[in-house]
Amino acid sequence: MSAPGSREGPGIGWNPRPGESESPLIQLTRTRFREFLREPEAVFWTFVFPLLLASGLGLAFRSRPNDVAKVGVLSTAPAASLVRDALAGDSSLTVVMLDDTSATTALRIGTVALVVVALDSQRVEYRLDRARTEARTARFLVDDALQRARGRANPVAVTEALVSERGSRYIDFVLPGLLAMNLMGSGMWGIGFSIVDARRKKLLKRFVATPMRRYHYLASFLLMRLGLMVIEVSVISAFGRFAFGVPMRGSVVAFAVACLLGALVFGSLGLLVASRARTIEAASGLMNLIMLPMWVASGVFFSAGNFPDAVQPFIQALPLTAVVDSVRGIMIQGLGWAALAPEFAIIAAWLVLSFGIALRFFRWR
Amino acid sequence: MQSPALALEVRALRKTFGTVVAVDALDLQVRSGECFGLLGPNGAGKTTTIEICEGLQEPDSGDVIVLGRHWASDERALRERLGVQLQETQFSEKVTVEETIALFRSFFRSGPAVEEIIGLVQLEEKRGARVGTLSGGQKQRLSVACALAGDPELLFLDEPTTGLDPQSRRQLWDLVERLRASGRTIVLTTHYMEEAERLCDRVAIVDQGRVIAIDTPRALIRSLGAEQVVEVEVSEGIAATPGLFDGTQGVLSARLDGPLWTLQVSAAHEAVPAVLHRVEEAGLSLTELRTHTPTLEDVFVSLTGRHLREQ
Repeated sequence: MSAPGSREGPGIGWNPRPGESESPLIQLTRTRFREFLREPEAVFWTFVFPLLLASGLGLAFRSRPNDVAKVGVLSTAPAASLVRDALAGDSSLTVVMLDDTSATTALRIGTVALVVVALDSQRVEYRLDRARTEARTARFLVDDALQRARGRANPVAVTEALVSERGSRYIDFVLPGLLAMNLMGSGMWGIGFSIVDARRKKLLKRFVATPMRRYHYLASFLLMRLGLMVIEVSVISAFGRFAFGVPMRGSVVAFAVACLLGALVFGSLGLLVASRARTIEAASGLMNLIMLPMWVASGVFFSAGNFPDAVQPFIQALPLTAVVDSVRGIMIQGLGWAALAPEFAIIAAWLVLSFGIALRFFRWR
Repeated sequence: MQSPALALEVRALRKTFGTVVAVDALDLQVRSGECFGLLGPNGAGKTTTIEICEGLQEPDSGDVIVLGRHWASDERALRERLGVQLQETQFSEKVTVEETIALFRSFFRSGPAVEEIIGLVQLEEKRGARVGTLSGGQKQRLSVACALAGDPELLFLDEPTTGLDPQSRRQLWDLVERLRASGRTIVLTTHYMEEAERLCDRVAIVDQGRVIAIDTPRALIRSLGAEQVVEVEVSEGIAATPGLFDGTQGVLSARLDGPLWTLQVSAAHEAVPAVLHRVEEAGLSLTELRTHTPTLEDVFVSLTGRHLREQ
């Protein structure tokens, strides 16, 4: 056996040197990216899912300039063909001939908005459900077409100037909301699960047995989030811009700051949720508890103003509300720094609070 | 820096979990440069003891002095000089061997190059493989590699070969022997007596949170006073005749375990004929007779009346 304290024994011919290694923070952050990018499911949920959701919503709520109403004409009625000819000339109507039973069915299941019964050449009857918007619209279109065919003159001359204002459509409302929601989801799931998993596998304990600085470990998660945030936000906003023409009216710098704050605040909330949990199940339950109310109340899919005044102060204080409002305000209304200050203050407060508590109560073993 | 004569000193260590006393008034002294083993059955308090020494658990009372320093005042300096391998760490499956070692290397101010560590643990061929694809033995060598990233003066290995197949176990033993030969102090826990006998300069036998014997493996075995151990199995039914071998020539002690008598004898060539004679005299028939040189297992049995690996 070699003498105590001797470091160069026969067994190992290595030559330890100081330095020569990358900074631990860079190494840890690179590990975070590797773990993320080598997990195909995580990549899908982060990048592809929000695009699919935005496309779906964009298509479902698209503005339809050539809205066509589908109406039925009862074929057994005496003057059916007269009515059909009168309506056929109108481009905003599609006309189908229906017998008694199929007319009833078509009305009930909504394949036609309205059925016209031509009692004779002078009288018609409209069958419709007035509770349905498209039925009321169809009634006006059909009536207008029939009256004009029989020579009604308009006492007032009217012209139309068609407007579809960018920024007032549903896609303009929902895309900033989806962007903020994505920052929340990927921040909380991405960080929370990785940390709980590392704790469960005793990897955290193994790290604290080395000289690793604990804040380096936590900071590596936030750095990963910032890196991914840049990609997520670019992909979603570029998609909104080129696929739907969603505007960016405010300053790009303010937008970047809002996204940065958003990524950090939800990253910190992810750290907080993961700070004590020992199992994925426990962390998962906690995350749903935190995120679900915000999905509903924070104005992602519909305005938070729909909730009663009594709960507004609570809703406005939620971090997702603040991120949604600032991102939407910048993109659609072009809000400036002064108008954004209250939202940014709320986000910063959540960030400091959750990171501080997470660091203080983090379970390393 | 010159290491102190004692790499690790533990005095009157006590740790309880609720009403369970895991470690009770435990004392240890590990000399610099030796390979020291904590041998004991599962649940003896080995892991709790070693994790307190590693600064990962707080003792209820007692002193731990590592490389001449205390955890409370010198944690960071100590971490730079220790290598710690835990029993149940699972490394990230998506990260490769080389990336994992490089990550651990980055935590230490000084240490060998990643290449050198990979070479030492003989994972060259698996350098680019993801951790999830490694075998049990390879994972364990990776775990030791990560513990070596800071070129530690003192290396803690907690059950390094538990669950490994015999070949992987021998590979790991070779690695530990090379590390020991390089002058590093090693503290390892094990419940395999062959492992402790082969690797350790000195062994502390731990049972129920206490050290019940501490010496070199050879001295511990010699303390039995027996040259050989004879195991005798006699025909069933009457086997439990108490005191069957009392006063038999050359038999130092006799223990009955199920149908099996374990006899510690001073000289096998005298004791075996006497034992056979005794069996015949009692009108029993012999179903099995084995002799072996005493091991640490026999030491443990004679000290506690139980086997190391009991159900």
